[in-house]
Amino acid sequence: MSGSPPPGGPGCGGGNSAGPGHDAGPGVQPGTVSAAVADAHRREWAFVLAATARVAGDLDLAEECVQDAYAAALTAWTRQGVPRNTGAWLTTAARRRAIDAKRRDAVLRAKLPLLIEPDPPVASSAPPGAGAGEGEKVIPDDRLRLIFTCCHPALAREAQVALTLRLVCGLTTVEIAQAFLVSEPTMAARVTRAKKKISAARIAYRVPGPAELPDRLDAVLTVVHLLYATGHTAPGGENLVRADLVDRAIGLARMLRTLMPDEREVAGLLALILLTDARRATRADAQGRVLLLEEQDRSQWDRAVIAEGTALVLWALPGGRPGRFALQAAIAALHAEAPSYAETDWPQIVVLYDALLRAWSSPVVALNRAVAVAMAQGPAAGLAQIGELEADGRLGAYRYLPAAKADLLRRLGQREAAAQAYRAALALTDNAAEREFLARRLTEVTGAPS
Amino acid sequence: MAEYLILIFEDENAYATATPDVIQQVMEAHTRFAEQVPQKGGKIVEGRALQPTSTATTIRGDVVTDGPFIETKEAVGGYYLIEARDLDHALDIAKLCPARFGGVEVRPIMVFG
Repeated sequence: MSGSPPPGGPGCGGGNSAGPGHDAGPGVQPGTVSAAVADAHRREWAFVLAATARVAGDLDLAEECVQDAYAAALTAWTRQGVPRNTGAWLTTAARRRAIDAKRRDAVLRAKLPLLIEPDPPVASSAPPGAGAGEGEKVIPDDRLRLIFTCCHPALAREAQVALTLRLVCGLTTVEIAQAFLVSEPTMAARVTRAKKKISAARIAYRVPGPAELPDRLDAVLTVVHLLYATGHTAPGGENLVRADLVDRAIGLARMLRTLMPDEREVAGLLALILLTDARRATRADAQGRVLLLEEQDRSQWDRAVIAEGTALVLWALPGGRPGRFALQAAIAALHAEAPSYAETDWPQIVVLYDALLRAWSSPVVALNRAVAVAMAQGPAAGLAQIGELEADGRLGAYRYLPAAKADLLRRLGQREAAAQAYRAALALTDNAAEREFLARRLTEVTGAPS
Repeated sequence: MAEYLILIFEDENAYATATPDVIQQVMEAHTRFAEQVPQKGGKIVEGRALQPTSTATTIRGDVVTDGPFIETKEAVGGYYLIEARDLDHALDIAKLCPARFGGVEVRPIMVFG
């Protein structure tokens, strides 16, 4: 029956393709099979790896077995047809390999219990894993264990990000290295070091208890948001957006929403990403030049995505003090719903920024608030606040501070000071599209190419 | 259960200039810690305080010199060897470890196969 859900609901591929492969019957086209394997890789990697890791007791062994299972699927599915529940098929195959490998290395493995699972299985709010098709017994959904392990605070942030992409999204080290513009050996060393720490320090393979959950969840959400932000404005290179990272981040946020349906901040993060991403097509013009919010063609914003994001905001805000992701999403929703930049509800946005600063004291938030103040009360009021932030010094290397300052000075007609700020912003950015934008503005205020 | 070493890094000057009252409070805090660890389901295998780094002697190769291996404002002043289920459990315990003039570092003990 083709109605059974995929084992894990949305994977982290961000795709919207239909359910897992239907019975294609024996003798299927090799192209169909490799497409089914690729689809299963994108959609079900995290589920398969997370379930295998629990049996393997070792992330490296689990990864190896899962990779083998995907390779075996290519031949087996060509011969026997694509199974109805590809995730369950892959999990069974990978777990069988893990059990065999453990049996072979019983002595060695007994001395190195690498993944610690001290908690007895508890009923979680997560939906049950694989559909029980083809006599498979239900495989528990361990994806939350996997992502909380990858984002453990004892690991450096960059290691959390790399491990999440590698283990939860199934990206190769080469792909991750390319996404973050570091060399492959550097990224390989980072991943290896992190995995070694998980086993040597005995970072447990589990979802944290209620007392730790808020902090630990915040780390997970921060990693997903960082992935989105990195893809949204690539730190270097020619293109403004790196779509693969953006899609992975959306996929991860959707996965978390499915697995933790009661967490308001999870809804807030997904809403924030969706509401920001609804504007993706309008953030640069045909020549790849950056367009500011006020210059974007609002008729091209993805209204269906905005509606989904706004509904999530309305769910995430009430019920006690909202968290930082829900508040940021609420601000994004006000922008998304405004008919134009000038007609945006700026006073309300300033109110939301005030709440955001209470939830999350960050100079970057204060800078964004200053921009909103400039819109609500005039450029001079915003400029005064930016001046305070400059004196604070924490945003010394933050390219958007001089860029925001330059824009307000330009609006006030202070061309010389504006030019100076644009030059300061240019000195701090490597993104080609952003550089082009700043150079263009600089030319406007100086009246001649610089 | 696994073993972890809790290394207590503190500012030695703060102890040198501390009043007897403060020292008394620190001693009481360590006594309390020793009671809390078993309540948390862990175990203290051993715990010691060290003489200050001014008493340290360093050997590099075969050269013997006066002083600590690395000069830092905050130096190891003591340690606990504990047993814990996993890192989260060890950190849970280490958070209770007194270190009012610094902090602690948690290191898993190497297990040789």
